[in-house]
Amino acid sequence: MFTIPAVVLTGFVASVAAPWLWRRLPRRIATGILVFVPLALFAYFLNLAGPVSVGQSFGVSLPWVPQLGITFSFAIDGLSVLFALLITGIGALVALYASGYLQGDAHAGRFYAYIMLFMGSMLGLVLADNLILLFVFWELTSISSYFLIGYNHERQEARAAALQSLLVTGVGGLILLAGFILLGSVGGSYDVSALLQNGEAVRSSPLYLAVLLLIVIGACTKSAQFPFHFWLPAAMEAPSPVSAYLHSATMVKAGVYLLARISPILGATPEWHYLLSLVGATTMLVGAALAFGQSDLKRILAYTTVSALGMLVLMIGLDTLSSMEAAMVFLVAHALYKGALFLVAGTVDHETGTRDIRRLGGLRRLMPVTALAALLAALSMAGLPPLLGFIGKELLYEAKLQAPATAWILTAAGIGTNVLFVALAARVLTAPFLGSLKETPHKPGEPGLSMLAGPVLLGLLGLLCGLFPYALGKTLIIPAVAATRADQTTLELALWHGFNPVLALSLVTLATGFAVFLLTGSLLRATAFLGRLRSLGPARWYAIGMKALIGFASLCTDVLQNGRLGWYLLTIVLASLLLVGYPLFVLIPEGAGPALTAPAFHELLIAVVILLAALGAILASSRLAAVAALGVVGFGMALLFVFYGAPDLAMTQFAIESLTVILFVLVIHKLPKFSKLSGRGERLRDGIVAAAGGVMMCLLTLIILRQPLDSAVTPFYAANSLLLAQGRNVVNVILVDFRALDTLGEITVLAVAGLGGFALLRLRLTRKERQ
Amino acid sequence: MELVFALVIGGLYAAGIYMILRRSIVKLIIGLALLSQAANLLIFAVGRPGRGTPPIVAKDATTLLPPFSDPLPQALILTAIVISFAVTAFALILIKRAYQEVGTDDLDAMRTTDQRQHAGTP
Amino acid sequence: MRSVILSAATRLLLPLILLLSLFLLLRGHNEAGGGFVGGLVAAAGFVLHGIAHGIEASRRVLLVEPRILLGTGLLVAVVSGLLPLLSRKPFLTGLWIPGDVAVIGGLGTPMLFDVGVYLVVLGVVTMVVDTLAEE
Repeated sequence: MFTIPAVVLTGFVASVAAPWLWRRLPRRIATGILVFVPLALFAYFLNLAGPVSVGQSFGVSLPWVPQLGITFSFAIDGLSVLFALLITGIGALVALYASGYLQGDAHAGRFYAYIMLFMGSMLGLVLADNLILLFVFWELTSISSYFLIGYNHERQEARAAALQSLLVTGVGGLILLAGFILLGSVGGSYDVSALLQNGEAVRSSPLYLAVLLLIVIGACTKSAQFPFHFWLPAAMEAPSPVSAYLHSATMVKAGVYLLARISPILGATPEWHYLLSLVGATTMLVGAALAFGQSDLKRILAYTTVSALGMLVLMIGLDTLSSMEAAMVFLVAHALYKGALFLVAGTVDHETGTRDIRRLGGLRRLMPVTALAALLAALSMAGLPPLLGFIGKELLYEAKLQAPATAWILTAAGIGTNVLFVALAARVLTAPFLGSLKETPHKPGEPGLSMLAGPVLLGLLGLLCGLFPYALGKTLIIPAVAATRADQTTLELALWHGFNPVLALSLVTLATGFAVFLLTGSLLRATAFLGRLRSLGPARWYAIGMKALIGFASLCTDVLQNGRLGWYLLTIVLASLLLVGYPLFVLIPEGAGPALTAPAFHELLIAVVILLAALGAILASSRLAAVAALGVVGFGMALLFVFYGAPDLAMTQFAIESLTVILFVLVIHKLPKFSKLSGRGERLRDGIVAAAGGVMMCLLTLIILRQPLDSAVTPFYAANSLLLAQGRNVVNVILVDFRALDTLGEITVLAVAGLGGFALLRLRLTRKERQ
Repeated sequence: MELVFALVIGGLYAAGIYMILRRSIVKLIIGLALLSQAANLLIFAVGRPGRGTPPIVAKDATTLLPPFSDPLPQALILTAIVISFAVTAFALILIKRAYQEVGTDDLDAMRTTDQRQHAGTP
Repeated sequence: MRSVILSAATRLLLPLILLLSLFLLLRGHNEAGGGFVGGLVAAAGFVLHGIAHGIEASRRVLLVEPRILLGTGLLVAVVSGLLPLLSRKPFLTGLWIPGDVAVIGGLGTPMLFDVGVYLVVLGVVTMVVDTLAEE
């Protein structure tokens, strides 16, 4: 029962171990282990595919935070098996590829740590059955993606791209979490399997639209949907194996996975249909159009990935049986051919030192095997038989033609996109490999076996799956579709469907695409003016948003942390006035305590003296006069203590006042003279604040004194002072017996203050002496 | 007598608040001293002191018999008085040092000594 | 600032003030007084002496460094709290020697604690005044 958590944990363990393995073991053995781990997991999931395809399901649920309904639960069905196989399979190939790609890189151990962290997180994401658990893994993939994009951390662009992707997907993640929590409260559980039973209640809830929007936004940031797509091309700063793995085959499909996973809960409503179709179709067109204008090999691939993700979201939005089938087949086809193409791009970059297709050419003679892999992948991308991409494209057309509404618009958009795909596939293939050899920064040659295995195997798989689609459909596609739909699929994948409208569309697409490819140069010139629109795109919104955010933070700091003590104190005083004043005058009812007693004459006299002395301390223009006034205040207080039954206080106050005056006198001639630093306006403002504070404290005192005193502590002290503590002076007994621990703390504070002052001056003396 | 306490407390608070808001550092210290007097008196008043009735058990009694001034606030204030003395002393030493180092008693001018660095360094 | 009258007077006054401070300390448990007031009064005596005769002289009269006083005071207070632990009572429980003692009324750990307070207060005040006057 712990197998599934253990499988997920494997990636994390490998992540921790990777740097150590890389440092301690010979490279060959370390690579072997790091390739073996995903390979073993791949075998495990392949082994599960059989039982799952005949309807068996596996799950485990461990308590995590039971009070909140958060469980550590995993479930395996057709959808998760499909993703898990992609994650582990491509993971193994990428781990192998990276050993060649990163040869001589001192930090390669770190790279493997990130890759394994990602693999574990992504596996957790697709296996999690609890929404909160899924969210945790979702964020972990964002974090590992951040590390990997910023892998070349000495490059400023890499750091900026990493941060950008983290912020976009991170904000999306927060929105997603809000959506999950809302969904959990509407549906009564965070467990996906429980929510699946409760879909009707969720869809009819008034919060449905909010849940839908939040979750879709979250999924769209991760899957680079318009207008959040801009982080993905920027993420091409990552090493090519990362682009192949995270940013085309697996992580960016997490959003697609999530939408497919929850489509039985939230789907089949007009809102779902229109929202996702609109987002998906827009992304699909925008991505393909933007890819057309690129000349960096990896950026072309990145934008076509954006476009492909748009298609997938569109398919899930259509939410029909045929669209789900199309989505799953195209998902596999895309992972295979795009993974291969990214690895090929990495090889080209690695061997020649450039990825600019204008500077590349004729590599087929020097790198024949890589060129073959590129050929297989590009043909699949263009959708030519007998490759899997062809079947995927046919199914996409079929699903669009059968769309419940707006079929013609979607089909037209699909044709436009696929035409561009054909042209781009041709360009990606021909530009580097055909034509005559060009001068490049490095002298290219066929790379070693480690860097050939990945692209070739992925390319061949695309061919094999195209030739034998039935096996793929039966073991992987049908179970995956079944996991997202209640109706039973009768899909039978085949290359040949006979002469039908879809085939006609395919032929038209191919012909047009080839024509577009031939006219690429003039088309680019004709549409050059569109380049100016780019500066209006969301990447610019992001830049403006970031600038505004940082500016706002800076403004807050400048206003709140301006270094003016007076300003801080004013804030504190005003806040206290409000916080004390509001409850005082609004919330507290008039007390019914003892009536006021009339003051005696001598008390009034003392009060007047104290107040006058306080006024004098304010108005005094000399330091000595102010100190003297302060002393008068203190002695007046002492007199009050005398008259009101506090001889201990009175004595202490007398002694302290004498010492304070001496203290001031000792230093006063070394202190600056009083100077009027603030202007009339400031003095008036402070005077008003001070007067308000004084009035409020005065009223506060009166209100308190009107309330009856209810103390349980004082009677205890009064009754037990002599009996328990053998002292008649209750104040002293409290200090040295009842609350002696407090007093111990207080004399410690005294000691620290004294030592602090001592050190402050002494340190200076010793420094002077040293000089 | 409640009125006497209320007026004195209010007056001392007002004077203290006004003084801590001044830019001259010596005035700030005087403001602090005034505020601590005000706070002490407030705590004292809350204990409902009575005239001439110290909380000392009479010779012929075994418990403290009413009326008496509440001993608890008195114990609190007693330590507060001594501690505020130590704090005032510490503050005096501090500003003396600061004045020697910075050469100004204007709190607003002192902010240049630890002005945060603008732009560039994160 | 030296005045003959003041220096002559303080020479006589200092012992009296110190006596008064001890008196305040010892009777504190039953009458107004205690360690805080006692310590302050004693400190005031030394400060007065310092003003009249100079800091050097008053430090000689004090016999020990203020920080020694301060540390000793804290130690005494803590020890007075630790003593009850010997008879398996909680930290700072008051323990008393049975029977009455003249003048003070009784002997017990709270008295010892108060002595600690007295020493800390005396140490802190003399230390602060010393440091400020020194420069």
